Amino acid sequence: MAVFDPVKVAFFVEVLVSGLLSGILYALVALGFVLIFKASGVFNFAQGAMVLVAGLALVRTLNWLEAHLPFWLALLLALSFAGALMTGIAWAVERFVLRKLVNQTALALFMATIGITFVLEGLGQQIFGAQVYKLDIGLPRDNIFALESLFDGGILLNTLDLWSALLAAAIVGALAFFFQWTRTGRALRAVADDHSAAQSVGIPLTRVWFIVWVVAGLVAIAAAAVWGSKVGVQFSLVYVALKALPVIIVGGLTSVPGAILGGLLIGAGEKLAEVYLGPSLGGGIEHWFAYVVALVVLLVRPQGLFGDRIIERI
Amino acid sequence: MTGNAASLAMSLAPMAPAMAHVAPAALASKPLLAVENVSLRFGGVKALSDVSFDIRAGEIRAIIGPNGAGKTSMLNCINGFYRPSSGHVALDGVRHRHLRPSLAARNGIARTFQNVALFKGMTTLDNIMTGRALKIRSSFLRQLVRHGAALREEIEHRRKVEEIIDFLEIQAIRKTPVGKLPYGLQKRVELGRALAMEPRLLLLDEPMAGMNLEEKEDMSRFIVEANQAFGTTITLIEHDIGVVMNLSDRIVVLNHGCKIADGTPEEVRCNPQVIDAYLGSGE
Amino acid sequence: MFYREAGHFRDNYQADMALFPIREDRIGVSLLLFAAFVAVPLLHLARIGPFSGDYLFNAILIPVLILSVAAIGLNVLVGYCGQISLGAGAFMGIGAYAAYNIAVRVPGMPLIGTFLLAGGVAAVAGVLFGIPSLRIKGLYLAVATLAAQFFFDWCFLRLGWVTNYTPSGSVSAPALVVFGWEADKPVERYLLVLTIAAAVAWGIANLVRGNIGRQWMATRDMDIAAEIIGIRPVEAKLTAFAVSSFILGLAGALWAFANLRSWEPYAFSIDRSFQLLFIVIIGGLGSIVGCFLGAAFIWLLPLVVEAVPRWLSIPISADAAANLTLAAFGVLILLTLIYEPHGLARVWSITKHKLRRWPFPY
Repeated sequence: MAVFDPVKVAFFVEVLVSGLLSGILYALVALGFVLIFKASGVFNFAQGAMVLVAGLALVRTLNWLEAHLPFWLALLLALSFAGALMTGIAWAVERFVLRKLVNQTALALFMATIGITFVLEGLGQQIFGAQVYKLDIGLPRDNIFALESLFDGGILLNTLDLWSALLAAAIVGALAFFFQWTRTGRALRAVADDHSAAQSVGIPLTRVWFIVWVVAGLVAIAAAAVWGSKVGVQFSLVYVALKALPVIIVGGLTSVPGAILGGLLIGAGEKLAEVYLGPSLGGGIEHWFAYVVALVVLLVRPQGLFGDRIIERI
Repeated sequence: MTGNAASLAMSLAPMAPAMAHVAPAALASKPLLAVENVSLRFGGVKALSDVSFDIRAGEIRAIIGPNGAGKTSMLNCINGFYRPSSGHVALDGVRHRHLRPSLAARNGIARTFQNVALFKGMTTLDNIMTGRALKIRSSFLRQLVRHGAALREEIEHRRKVEEIIDFLEIQAIRKTPVGKLPYGLQKRVELGRALAMEPRLLLLDEPMAGMNLEEKEDMSRFIVEANQAFGTTITLIEHDIGVVMNLSDRIVVLNHGCKIADGTPEEVRCNPQVIDAYLGSGE
Repeated sequence: MFYREAGHFRDNYQADMALFPIREDRIGVSLLLFAAFVAVPLLHLARIGPFSGDYLFNAILIPVLILSVAAIGLNVLVGYCGQISLGAGAFMGIGAYAAYNIAVRVPGMPLIGTFLLAGGVAAVAGVLFGIPSLRIKGLYLAVATLAAQFFFDWCFLRLGWVTNYTPSGSVSAPALVVFGWEADKPVERYLLVLTIAAAVAWGIANLVRGNIGRQWMATRDMDIAAEIIGIRPVEAKLTAFAVSSFILGLAGALWAFANLRSWEPYAFSIDRSFQLLFIVIIGGLGSIVGCFLGAAFIWLLPLVVEAVPRWLSIPISADAAANLTLAAFGVLILLTLIYEPHGLARVWSITKHKLRRWPFPY
């Protein structure tokens, strides 16, 4: 290590860690995509809009209730309201869209989710407002210095990021348990494998779709809570969610661990690129860096790092 | 019907001079395509092991065998969709190292599929016209303007396609999107698309699967006439043993990826191994 | 009853393969072209009704025509070749900025040359970003085109030479001079745009009926089968990307030069890409008439959403109108996909079909 300037190394670690932490948040949004894709083969473009709507519902009810109720009760009620809203959206999507598009091509379903995106964005902003709202769900947000023994002065970390990472890890763990060990989880995996085979052994397709959209909606609330605490609830959350697309491409559309690892890779990669390559290219490269990485991954490994291999047959 | 086919044969003749002046019978000895020790593995599964046979110009060659014997995999190797794990497919004595389906098509191999592989959004006419894709020479700009030479070429190919439509008796569905056609007619359109390529070798994967007796009769007639009138070499997979015995000149029998018999229908019919494969060995 | 095929016999293949084989269609299209090219400008000169002012031209006719051209470009790729693209806006932007740079840096370049070169630059970019389509399909490709969108957004914003180092990032188009005639009045710009739109529609209608178009559609419907009849997927997909991007680039140059006159990078953001995708879906995938119908529909809808409450004297804020328009677009997309996946073009052909069989009810 003597060759390296310790200040530079500390700076590198700092950038890397902050990249990894935002990567966890990408992973959280990406999880929603993967869940729905695995269970229904739908590439859900609306996940970003769901994050936005969940965030808006959460922050608006919380701000309103806070004035009348103790904070913990207000938070609980606001979270339940957001949960109920996402459940309602899941029901409506299944009832009025997916059910009518059974047996359509993946492309048609994808375009339908673009339609859902616009409905959610339009109505969400109309009902809940379109400003930037500060969200505080009680997570600490002071800066701390870590690894002081290793580097002179340590590296700067934000506790909010650490809490978000913990929350994300907990959700991922819960989902893994849900998929692996519960009856519904098994049904979901069966549907993901083969729709008609699952139907023929008596798994109700429409109910499975409903459940998986609800789960994706709950994941969207978590993502919105965490992102909202960091940058405020605002329309640009939709673009944050779009970042999840390259994440799942890198990780593989069907892999939950892939979504996590892809998120970390993209998060760290784009921060490092912005800091070390950005100045020479004119800055702002984090807007496209993730997509270009995804493009390169696709060219080398079309199924992503962890996705199921695509076999063509006639 | 024969007259119909004969007129089509005459009109196609100038475009396929190599076979036009030779009667099918005279061609019967020359191997057009040779399968040499072909094996095909998917991971640990052996789909084909060490299969060799040849296809002579002008004959109708059948590949039969129980389900899962590797018949479709064999066709996939012949037209380059799969690459054999070992062994070769030689066309006119030339072994192509990297045979792709599009290259096989350029070398005169056409094919139909077990599950119809038509372009569902296009009409019957357009589907068969795609079979002429390799023969249309107009440049991009000429097609953009679609006047003069480009239009004349388009009309010329339309005329050929209309002859095939007449031959297959599908005039009435000319402008129907093929996705709306019943299965039997789709199979016929698919044959039409393959014939439009004026192939030297036509691979038919279960051309009569799922058909009723009348449809089978029609399809047999088209196959025999394509073979006799245009001299097209045909290799077909078919489960209906009666049809196979009557149509084919020679038959290859596959079982579990291995060749167990090869010969004329009579030879194959008497082969004890074939009887075992189809009826069980009785042990 | 006004629209019958009975008695019109086509006795040669040329007549059967014509763009409009039915006589009534030919008459209708001729009338429409006559109205667009002659009647509308005359009515404008005579100051009759809505044609008298500039509003109709600036706010409706010019943008709708340019968006129709762009939609034809996108339709080549999505509707005919089956390759989904979320980057159409970026390719329009490439055309716009390429045209701007050619006009600024190459003095004396005629306008048509500028437009064609701008289309050419967009075509090259389209082919480059089309290369992944050879390895990846469907939804994966959508992400690849999204990469193009965000990459070029960044280029327009951050690379100084793209905007000729304009400090504000906003650039202005030069005068539109076509063979010595300066098209500066709205009605003149309208005629320029109309001419190009008609030419593009005619050329693409020719292409899609010919060998290239059939190769695109074969690749769209079943790429494996297309390869087995000898079509090279590489060729089919890359020509579709090239042609599509060329037209999008041309439309982008028109959008900048003939519609906006001065513009910022935001004009070609991902919102534009979605707008075009919606035009193509609602108008009809794989239909050229549908591009015009879809463009008119998508352009007029926000105007209607804004105007209706005003007529009914219900106060509605600009924000609310924007949100409701957004939601209305979403609902329309869903309704189209569920009830009429072939879009307005299909509705149009069903209407014709019914007329042809009238009074028979089916």
